Amino acid sequence: MIKKIQLPITDKDIEGLKAGDAVLLSGKLLTGRDAAHKRIVEAIKSGNLPFDIDGMAIYYVGPCPAKEGSVIGSCGPTTSYRMDPYAPTLMDNGLKAMIGKGGRSKEVVEAIVRNKCVYFAAIGGAGAMYSKQVKAAKVIAYDDLGTEAVRELMVEDFPVIVAIDSKGNCVYEK
Amino acid sequence: MREIIVQKITQAVKEMVQEACFSLAPGVVEMISDAEKNEVNKTAKFALKTLVDNAKLAKDCAIPLCQDTGMAVVFAEVGQDVYFTGGSFRDAVNEGVRQGYKENSLRNSVLDPISRKNTGDNTPSIIHTTLVEGDKVKLTLLPKGFGSENMSKLYMLTPAAGISGVMDKVVEAVAVAGSNPCPPIIVGVGIGGTADYAMLLAKKALLREVGVKSSDPQLAEMEEILLRRINELGIGAQGFGGLATALEVRVEKYPTHIAALPVGVSIQCNAHRVARRLL
Repeated sequence: MIKKIQLPITDKDIEGLKAGDAVLLSGKLLTGRDAAHKRIVEAIKSGNLPFDIDGMAIYYVGPCPAKEGSVIGSCGPTTSYRMDPYAPTLMDNGLKAMIGKGGRSKEVVEAIVRNKCVYFAAIGGAGAMYSKQVKAAKVIAYDDLGTEAVRELMVEDFPVIVAIDSKGNCVYEK
Repeated sequence: MREIIVQKITQAVKEMVQEACFSLAPGVVEMISDAEKNEVNKTAKFALKTLVDNAKLAKDCAIPLCQDTGMAVVFAEVGQDVYFTGGSFRDAVNEGVRQGYKENSLRNSVLDPISRKNTGDNTPSIIHTTLVEGDKVKLTLLPKGFGSENMSKLYMLTPAAGISGVMDKVVEAVAVAGSNPCPPIIVGVGIGGTADYAMLLAKKALLREVGVKSSDPQLAEMEEILLRRINELGIGAQGFGGLATALEVRVEKYPTHIAALPVGVSIQCNAHRVARRLL
């Protein structure tokens, strides 16, 4: 039984999710990976973040360029642990959900529990499929970063697995 | 002597980039599909099914399989009776990469390691050239994703470690990599040589065609044991648990120094893309 969740995600939805649940996400996502995270944390510290992360979900992705007639190119998840040094700061400043792939640090798990957040795993290697679930995409910040720019995506039935739930349970720990 | 104009190299590399990024290497989708059929963990099964469907969609709709279209690693076996005309071989390879990535809307992932400024055209590529007998040029392209590349390991063991020590380290490398390199993975192992050569052997092992075991019976046995031990780790597809951590293990060796036992481990993600040309 696959759960359907509308973004931005509510606290009630987050509470109902358990590690291992299959979920289809629909609604608005932000994107950001290595270089964008570095800038986001610097911007939070200096108080000039050019977009709002409160209540939002961020997808760790650097998409391929969109071909003519497409909204976006291939856009599967990148490995999450590289964002671990930055993720707690984002969650402490309102971010509610992350989408990536692979395990996270103890500090990230603690920040997830502390802020009642959720971490979803998308399927690494399935970038073609994910591109079909994105209905709109636009760059909203750090355009100079190219594929690493921050984008706003509208997604529909975007398949993910709950990797770490708000209680800190993890799909990777057996 | 046989003359080859380097524009032919550019054209071949460009075609290989396109071929590799939209379709898995021959036999890979069948291996993932078999793994899906045998899988008992339902989350891992979902992941494997998704990868099989993704491969079909990518091929049918010409969408890159994975957004990480890699850093282009090109292996060139150049016959010593060949002479190139029309420009530099290296520039010709990079021009093929440049055109292939641009014309197919593939991601530019290559940047300066210090400034982190993107080169804007996915060049330079990594080119490994070997001179061989004959008058042909054999090109192999491995667009290497870095989720898996980041999990590479080099171990400079002492001779006392022996075969069992080598195998323990390979299993350890995969265990440490865990969910990060997008399992199910292919594991390339290079034993011997120097530090750099062990890593190159490990990378070259990834080029071997699917289903081909080592021709050395002892290495073939190691491949079998390693595959079993790795799949007993229970990491599973995407790290969700289950049976399919690795699809294949390939082991290569080369003589080394009396003081040494180098072991290189190169990990390839499920999006195993390889293209080949013989000119």
